[in-house]
Amino acid sequence: MRAGIILFPGINRERDIAIALEASLGARPRLVWHRETDLAGLDLVVIPGGFSYGDYLRCGAMAAQSPVMRAVVEHAKRGGYVLGVCNGFQILTEAQLLPGALLRNAGLRFLSMDCRLRVERNDTVFAGRYDKGAVFRAPMAHGDGNYIADSETLDRLEGEGLVAFRYVDATGAATEAANLNGSARNIAGIYAPGLRILGLMPHPENLVDPATGGIDGKPLFDSLNAIGRAA
Amino acid sequence: MNPTVIDAALARSFGLAAEEYDRVLAIMGRVPTLTELGIFSVMWSEHCSYKSSRIWLKTLPTTAPWVIHGPGENAGVVDIGEGRAAIFKMESHNHPSFIEPYQGAATGVGGILRDVFTMGARPVANLNALRFGDPSLPVTKRVVDGVVRGIGGYGNCVGVPTVGGETNFHPSYNGNPLVNAMTVGIADQDRIFLSAAAGIGNPVVYVGSKTGRDGIHGATMASAEFGADAEEKRPTVQVGDPFIEKLLIEACLELMATDAIVAIQDMGAAGLTSSSVEMAGKGGVGIELELDAVPQRETGMSAYEMMLSESQERMLIVLQPGREAMARAIFEKWELDFAVIGRITDTGRIVVRHQGRTEADIELAPLADQAPLYERPWVEPAKPAPLGPVESPVAPGAALLALIGCPDLASRAWIWNQYDGTVGGQTLRRPGQADAAIVRIEGSRRALALTTDCTPRYCVADPETGGAQAVVESWRNITATGATPLAVTDNLNFGNPEKPAIMGQIVAAIRGMGEACRALDYPIVSGNVSLYNETEGTAILPTPAIGGLGVIEDGAAATGIALAPGLDLVLIGETGGELGASLFLREILHREDGAPPALDLAAEKRNGDFVRSQIRAGAIAACHDVSDGGLLVALAEMALAGDTGIALAAIPETLAPHAFWFGEDQARYVAATEDGPALLAAAAAAGIPARALGRSGGDHLTGPDGIAISISEIRAAHEAFFARWFA
Repeated sequence: MRAGIILFPGINRERDIAIALEASLGARPRLVWHRETDLAGLDLVVIPGGFSYGDYLRCGAMAAQSPVMRAVVEHAKRGGYVLGVCNGFQILTEAQLLPGALLRNAGLRFLSMDCRLRVERNDTVFAGRYDKGAVFRAPMAHGDGNYIADSETLDRLEGEGLVAFRYVDATGAATEAANLNGSARNIAGIYAPGLRILGLMPHPENLVDPATGGIDGKPLFDSLNAIGRAA
Repeated sequence: MNPTVIDAALARSFGLAAEEYDRVLAIMGRVPTLTELGIFSVMWSEHCSYKSSRIWLKTLPTTAPWVIHGPGENAGVVDIGEGRAAIFKMESHNHPSFIEPYQGAATGVGGILRDVFTMGARPVANLNALRFGDPSLPVTKRVVDGVVRGIGGYGNCVGVPTVGGETNFHPSYNGNPLVNAMTVGIADQDRIFLSAAAGIGNPVVYVGSKTGRDGIHGATMASAEFGADAEEKRPTVQVGDPFIEKLLIEACLELMATDAIVAIQDMGAAGLTSSSVEMAGKGGVGIELELDAVPQRETGMSAYEMMLSESQERMLIVLQPGREAMARAIFEKWELDFAVIGRITDTGRIVVRHQGRTEADIELAPLADQAPLYERPWVEPAKPAPLGPVESPVAPGAALLALIGCPDLASRAWIWNQYDGTVGGQTLRRPGQADAAIVRIEGSRRALALTTDCTPRYCVADPETGGAQAVVESWRNITATGATPLAVTDNLNFGNPEKPAIMGQIVAAIRGMGEACRALDYPIVSGNVSLYNETEGTAILPTPAIGGLGVIEDGAAATGIALAPGLDLVLIGETGGELGASLFLREILHREDGAPPALDLAAEKRNGDFVRSQIRAGAIAACHDVSDGGLLVALAEMALAGDTGIALAAIPETLAPHAFWFGEDQARYVAATEDGPALLAAAAAAGIPARALGRSGGDHLTGPDGIAISISEIRAAHEAFFARWFA
């Protein structure tokens, strides 16, 4: 299983993701500069968090037009796996690999705190090491994480089982209070049809080491070992 | 700006006093050009020259075996073991943050980041120390909102976690908030970059953002009081671009991994002027600049404007000969401007050319050596009368609820929830989890312990004790995590030094800081002075903010404040019930008089060393120093963090309950332990005062004098202030 991390100018969680991937996969991921277009040999492409191009136009909009994103689209068409976290999720929606968009948080402030996520399905290469319905903590750190899509799209996501994670309270209930950024239907992460592309706003990569306060995010990265077996 | 006459009146408007302008004339031997006058005025501004504070700063202890570079470089550098160094500094952006809170605070963060990465360190943590005015004023709300958004907007984007800080409110900051930003970086000890230029003929390279007309004379503005015209100074505030800063960090670190750099310095206050003058001056060489080559954002800029612009996100680098192409490729990869704008000479002069004309030609040695240096008149601050006995109008439980909900003690979660505290993946203790933030060194078990501290109400009552207490509290906060305090950076914020009473505050605070640093073996390695913090003649409380840095071998073992149930609570240190200048006095009795608690530096060291040794021996499960609000507040904060109750033991008969619970006696810690009797015995054996306080468990705080409050009620009081204010 070979993982690569795409580097756009302004991305800032590439080191965090690299540490999490290496700890779970046993191999150092390849760093791919945004001007590169050759993703050959990579099974998984990860787009980390940060502020690509400063998020000055619209979160993820500039990066989605970058040469490497055409290669990422081709990689996805070939059946390759893609993970986008935070700004990476925003870029995947801007590149139309995932539906919907991420708006300013409902409270119009940056939110940096732990949230709780419920695993909506665990029969994917991203969530296989969680139990279905399990609740885990993940730090969030974003100003624009308020997921939105038209109701038809939301119904389709629900109907096809493409909601990956929802914001919930400690008991696993998808309450309004637990939905800190105001996302439609408490959606924190979604899959593309085929379950090979995942985008999510919170940062499981920042909770993979007991010294940082827990390892709630580690199963997500451990799960990725299934990609090697699936391929 | 195109004045026809250059004279003493113009010099005055640039902030130069008459005798300072006479000195300029003597050095130049002629009337200076506009650009030359601009260079002299910013280099000799209070902000750049420290002309009022320098003779006193020299009295501070700055050395220790672990200090690699003390004051004089862009930031302080200390040995943190394993071949690495921590590079850190704190700097103010007070005046801009009142005029334009978002950009003022944002560029404050940007500037201090550059001071640190210019020395070769990857920034790993940001902290801040903030003071705001009366929360009931609309302007305060606007400033708080803008400053917090600005710090977050910049720090979050550059991807450096903001891990700690402090915030106070007081009417003295109504027209003059304080925004002190601290950055900590980590470098290999053999890859530290300094600013002294060398190598005759070496190219001088400009990298980063283009130069615009923003921030011209910002350093001069920062060296004067505000009048009613503060709003008119908005054009002197710089605008930040954290995205460019992030690229600049990565590009500079990439270039620093090569052997191409001779010297490097950021263009901070006074921009191109201070960076070129200081680099050449420190190296004892000359420098020639061709301003036509400077990347410009606006058309028609004059030499004067380019030399004084404070456009952000720019660096000046002296390269080894022949390395320009390689360096240019790195900056072009990161889509940043790169221009050779001059060269190092052997003339000992700065020569600035623009459009074929020589706009400035100044001998560097007298520009530095003859910079004004004042021993301004000062009066020793009167020692305050001790507070006599005071009665409490309320029971301890009610006083606790009032205190823990007051603006100075209320939960700061509203603030830190807007700062990315986890990026980098090395934050082991986030804000609110421990007395100091704990940030691990990537690739090591070792971690840094970081804090900012100052108690301005002590400083105004007794500047010497207050200055010492700020140092001591930072040392205690690091100690309470189990880390070893190593060194500090300081940010001295005071009023107008031309007033003898204010100058007396400065002298006394520095004296107190020096005493504490010497007693604790805790030198000052970097710092910044911000004077003229006055609006229409009213000075701020003297605020010598301290940023402390410590190191702990095993970061994962750092002690936090959160209480688990079933632990014995032990108070380390002596309680005399000192209520002078306390929060109890201010919040409950509405008085701000009395002397601050006495400091016994030997007891501080003894008690702290004991606590640290017990933490390292594994005898202490949670630890919190006792500071603002006293003992009952400290206990409540531990209970809140751990979401568990406490059954409090009886108090000494010799003290009134409010004196025992809310006195702010120093040198004290609350330790939670599995085995209270063993810890009490160890303290007794070491000659350390200690006392059993009770035991954790349940969901109430219960104790003598009718104390019976649920943790949820305390939490509601603690969290209400910011929630209500920004509802």
